[in-house]
Amino acid sequence: MAFEFELPNPNTKNPTVGMSDADLVRRSASTVPAPAKKLTPVAKLIDVSKCIGCKACQSACLEWNDKRAPVGENVGVYDNPPDLSPEMFTLMRFTEWVNPETQSLEWLIRKDGCMHCEDPGCLKACPAPGAIVQYSNGIVDFVHENCIGCGYCVKGCPFNIPRISKNEARPKAYKCTLCSDRVAVGQGPACAKACPTHAIVFGTKDEMKKHAEDRIKDLKSRGYKNAGLYDPPGVGGTHVMYVLHHADKPEIYADLAKDPRISPIVELWKGATKYVGLAAMALFAAIGVVHYAVEGPNKVSSEDEENAKRLAGNGRP
Amino acid sequence: MTAYDVERGDEVHRGDPVEVDRYTGGARINHWITAISLVLLALSGLALFHPDLFFLTALFGGGEITRMIHPWIGVVLFFSFFGLFVRFWRANLWKGEDGTWLARLKDVLTKHEERLPEVGKYNAGQKAVFWLMSILIIVLICTGLVIWDQYFSMFTSVETKRVAVLIHSMAAVTIICVWIVHVYAAIWVKGTIGAMTKGQVTGGWAWRHHRKWLKELVSGGKVE
Repeated sequence: MAFEFELPNPNTKNPTVGMSDADLVRRSASTVPAPAKKLTPVAKLIDVSKCIGCKACQSACLEWNDKRAPVGENVGVYDNPPDLSPEMFTLMRFTEWVNPETQSLEWLIRKDGCMHCEDPGCLKACPAPGAIVQYSNGIVDFVHENCIGCGYCVKGCPFNIPRISKNEARPKAYKCTLCSDRVAVGQGPACAKACPTHAIVFGTKDEMKKHAEDRIKDLKSRGYKNAGLYDPPGVGGTHVMYVLHHADKPEIYADLAKDPRISPIVELWKGATKYVGLAAMALFAAIGVVHYAVEGPNKVSSEDEENAKRLAGNGRP
Repeated sequence: MTAYDVERGDEVHRGDPVEVDRYTGGARINHWITAISLVLLALSGLALFHPDLFFLTALFGGGEITRMIHPWIGVVLFFSFFGLFVRFWRANLWKGEDGTWLARLKDVLTKHEERLPEVGKYNAGQKAVFWLMSILIIVLICTGLVIWDQYFSMFTSVETKRVAVLIHSMAAVTIICVWIVHVYAAIWVKGTIGAMTKGQVTGGWAWRHHRKWLKELVSGGKVE
């Protein structure tokens, strides 16, 4: 029996592109008109309990995005490369965790990468118009021709995902695109396509939530009483979700944020500071104009000049 | 008496009107390098501060160049201002009359000079601008280095950078407001701008606004 979410091979003849600028719901440092009709929200579901750590997703990601991560060094852990990078948009993070209840070692493997937040902190922080966009299906994408490489997205992101390229004259921010170019033609992300255990599946967000429910029911029946879905409400939910066997402790999965939200510091920087700042500068300038209009210039009188001459002892050698 | 507020090159020239040397050529060049840097920093910084001002990046040749050049101008400003600091700090030390002057700010703004104490080379307002600029520039260069990701991103955590970028933006807003006060005062008080262009003010200007300084110059024999 074919797996329920197995994606069909692409139609290579006349593919129809289903995502365009008309489908944008948010655009960094600018506004977009509300789209006439919304695309169905999509999601990638990563079932951590089914992951075998083969890194096929990483290879598929490099392959599809035509990136080559430099050959690294063995630092004694399975994580390879050691961190996300401008080339490596997704990364298996391995954690050896001793379950205090069973005293057994659990090998937790979480596929890290962009979560495609419903309320994206990167987009909020971005100063360059159109460098970060959000489509009505939930995909958050970086548009590199508009990116100025400032790294504000790194500060905005609650998951520490974007990476700025270093070794080029024009640094830019990179992260998982949720294979927006594949999704646009009816395909799923490359990582989902490559995953041999179907730990990564892709579909509409509703389908994925339903699929997660079945998985959680199964995990619970097998003793994982805290199994659950990771779809954090603090960022409005995400379009990349996890099934976790210990959903009450997301932090054990290589520091997955327990209750992620856009940092209040970023909210203050991109919120009140921006408006109060401009208002303060305008106020100071306005006070100057009004003061000048009311008081007139402060002029030196001829009497002042005479006093100065007397003091300086004009005429004396 | 050693006059704390008489700077090198300050001298009174008899004539009609009396002219007073206030800033040396070096001080003026130093000032204008700082001034140009500050304006360029404000324009490029504001471009990245508020989306409505992003169009200002066009002045620098686009967003990427603006992002690249802003911190370098900051380095120029830091060293340039350091030069001004070395020149001016002593004459900007806070003195007894400064508190009185500041307490009578209303008389300052309503041009009642006769009700103000005689002040030295700088009045309390100028001193406040000087020290605020000094402090804010230190804050801006320190936080600026933290968020200069191209070279220094590996040294601090993302959380530190968030705090740094917030403080950097708030300090920048404050320094722009201080700069507005500085420029406005130079425009409002007629005869001031010549000090930073020609290097000279008239004796009457010095008598009206910095009488203690003028008296110290004369009593110190710096007259010709």
